[in-house]
Amino acid sequence: MGVQHYLFVSAVLASLGVIAMVSRRNAVSILMGIELILNAAALNFVAFGRYGRETAATPWLSGQIFGIFTIVLAAAEAAIALAIIIAIYHARANINADELQELRQ
Amino acid sequence: MQAADFFFYLFAALTIVPAIVVVFSRNLLYAAFSLLFTLSGVAALYALMGADFLAITQVLVYIGGILILILFGVMFTQRVYDVRAEAASFNRRRAMLIGIVVFATLWGTARSVPWPVGPPRALAPTTAGIGDLLLSRFLLPFEVVSVLLLVVLIGVVLVGKKEVEE
Repeated sequence: MGVQHYLFVSAVLASLGVIAMVSRRNAVSILMGIELILNAAALNFVAFGRYGRETAATPWLSGQIFGIFTIVLAAAEAAIALAIIIAIYHARANINADELQELRQ
Repeated sequence: MQAADFFFYLFAALTIVPAIVVVFSRNLLYAAFSLLFTLSGVAALYALMGADFLAITQVLVYIGGILILILFGVMFTQRVYDVRAEAASFNRRRAMLIGIVVFATLWGTARSVPWPVGPPRALAPTTAGIGDLLLSRFLLPFEVVSVLLLVVLIGVVLVGKKEVEE
């Protein structure tokens, strides 16, 4: 198993996430696509950390630390996004992304 | 080495196949539950790479936290039991095109660049090393993330609370 096997899995996950972000209209589904992309990014960090070359400036565990930060940011992002979705649902009873266009004039 | 290969392909399939369901399923609940398998597959891949602490963190934070939040989001905002909780898609053909272009770019780069490869590393517990690094070299990002989490905590309460009628 080399780094490229993991890069393949991560590329598939990232492009599936992009498809979900572009094609879904429910805001929660778009959020799921974003989670897929963030998972792909964290997987890349860990794979490069494990198989890449270590230098004095970048110990190999840095990859896993970046993965942890990615997970933390994903948690923060999911919490904020769902709060916004619930708030919009209270106001509009609808969270379809193509019907929320008050800001478009 | 054979066993590691077998488990890699098993976990990769466990990650990718449910992810396809997440993206293309018409039922939003099925998509949310498929996300469970995708996230578990990624955790298993972390474990396969020897990132034990990260695998546990993935299970705790993603499956125990984010997935529950997403399920709450689905169930609060869809009438799951009356109407079919339908996740209609639009622009499907264009989205497929964009996805294929993104995949070709990513995989083409990953395959053609000669990544610098280090010596193979033994599987060893990583928790102590991660703790040392977080409190020495990565102390500033660690503190910034702590402040960010506090801001998120307050912001979520402010955004999500129901407006009180005057």
